[in-house]
Amino acid sequence: MLIKCPFCGDRPSEEFTYRGDARPKRPKAVETEVSDEWFDYVYLRDNVKGRMHEHWHHSGGCRAWLVLERDTASHEIFGVTTAPEYARKGKI
Amino acid sequence: MSYNIFSLARNALSGHKNWQPAWREPEPKASYDVVIVGGGGHGLATAYYLAKEHGITNVAVLEKSWLGSGNIGRNTTIIRSNYMLEGNNPFYEWSMKLWEGLEQDFNFNAMVSQRGIMNLFHSDAQRDAFARRGNAMRIHGVDAELIDREQVREKVPFLSFDNARFPIQGALIQKRGGTVRHDAVAWGFARGADSRGVDIIQNCEVQGIKMEAGKVVGVETSRGYIGCNKLALCAAGNSSEVAAMADMKLPLESHVLQAFVSEGLKPYLDTVVTYGVGHFYVSQSDKGGLVFGGDIDGYNSYARRGGLPTVEHVIEAGVSMIPGISRVKILRSWGGIMDMSMDGSPIIDKTHIDNMYLNCGWCYGGFKATPASGWCYAWTIAKDGAHELNSQMRLDRFRRGYMMDEKGMGAQPNLH
Ligand SMILES: Cc1cc2nc3c(=O)[nH]c(=O)nc-3n(C[C@H](O)[C@H](O)[C@H](O)COP(=O)(O)OP(=O)(O)OC[C@H]3O[C@@H](n4cnc5c(N)ncnc54)[C@H](O)[C@@H]3O)c2cc1C
Ligand SMILES: [Zn+2]
Repeated sequence: MLIKCPFCGDRPSEEFTYRGDARPKRPKAVETEVSDEWFDYVYLRDNVKGRMHEHWHHSGGCRAWLVLERDTASHEIFGVTTAPEYARKGKI
Repeated sequence: MSYNIFSLARNALSGHKNWQPAWREPEPKASYDVVIVGGGGHGLATAYYLAKEHGITNVAVLEKSWLGSGNIGRNTTIIRSNYMLEGNNPFYEWSMKLWEGLEQDFNFNAMVSQRGIMNLFHSDAQRDAFARRGNAMRIHGVDAELIDREQVREKVPFLSFDNARFPIQGALIQKRGGTVRHDAVAWGFARGADSRGVDIIQNCEVQGIKMEAGKVVGVETSRGYIGCNKLALCAAGNSSEVAAMADMKLPLESHVLQAFVSEGLKPYLDTVVTYGVGHFYVSQSDKGGLVFGGDIDGYNSYARRGGLPTVEHVIEAGVSMIPGISRVKILRSWGGIMDMSMDGSPIIDKTHIDNMYLNCGWCYGGFKATPASGWCYAWTIAKDGAHELNSQMRLDRFRRGYMMDEKGMGAQPNLH
């Protein structure tokens, strides 16, 4: 797999560290009432078959956090953006 | 028909033209007492033990493709019970005991070969960790031995003993570990279940779960609607997809694991060896090929093929462990989709839906578990509750904070 880093261009996937699904939002509160949210966030996964937004860290390159849209069944990559950009826009 | 010396002789005399298929290919009935989703090793074993141990024979196993097309036919065939944790060890040891009697039990040659498994260690810290594991095993009554460098050399002289950075210091061995012919396990359980009345229905994909008043009443499939009193999910790498049909979100990620086989060699390696430096493990098949694998590719995947970086990584690790294999050619490589759980341990449990059961989370170690998984799952379905052996393999352990994290990696499935 080649990942097009916005800063470094096409780079092989082994330069990156994978984190997983980028869609779930870290719960804000720490009160016990939200423990369901935390449980969901930490342990449960949509485990998408098909197009997924996911975090990849260019740990062996410029060290930027990126968000990819990738098909988990075909490994096709449809788009890449930076994590801050994704947080602002909510899309790739 | 029983397979034995007489049936062999009889069929030899008629030119082997009268062997009957090992199982029927029935049309699905309108409904069953138990419907099992997934005709992999675990689904078939479950059907077999439901019939054999609990007399529940009005059972269907629905398999979306052909029997054995999933991980049961893709794994590297290693069996072992070298687990440390309370909730895991007795379960895997029960599996080992079932393997030891399996071929007589289901009258099928599964080529169970207890050739032993050897986990190499390369540092003082690793030795201590392995000693601890070995002790935990022995406390549970499982065989384990710690051997030193020279004893390793005696058994497997061609390992890289001169590696200055990662010297082989010794190994933890389990002599009762080994390999089993994986397809034959699927076939043996299928035949044993079928002969007791279970319907094995291939090319039958479950596409929807029908609920009424909070209970499952049946499944929509590519071959029509099939009713059931109890529904047992057993879909390994596709578990999340199937559970989503009942609005359940599971603590699983699907990842690809690759494996490889080399050209046939003369007898070379008579045990299973795992590397303590990189992720690499190898055995030699009865046909002579070296069967080996490494780590998962590390990103979510439903593609049953992996990437080249992992191929390179596995082979580098292999060559660093056995320099001589640098000259061996690889015949094939393939991949399977693993149901990676959040703590690396499986789930065999009831669900919050009264008559629906769940079996998943096998990561890359579910082959060795096949008999015990089927045995415990059948118990859980028949008695509507867990057996002691799977009593800690609960779905709610994550919420309750009772993880079974053998490796101590935390809730990040691509690290298990
Ligand atoms: C490369 C590789 C090496 C491995 N090596 C080892 C090893 O050495 N030792 C070990 O212990 N384990 C090993 N494993 C793990 C082991 O193979 C699995 O954990 C185990 O096989 C999973 O259980 P199963 O046999 O039931 O899975 P599967 O055979 O995958 O069964 C699941 C079945 O469900 C079917 N299915 C899915 N969705 C549906 C649906 N909607 N409707 C109907 N059917 C459906 C699938 O087609 C599949 O046949 C390895 C796995 C791989 C891929
Ligand atoms: Zn970069």
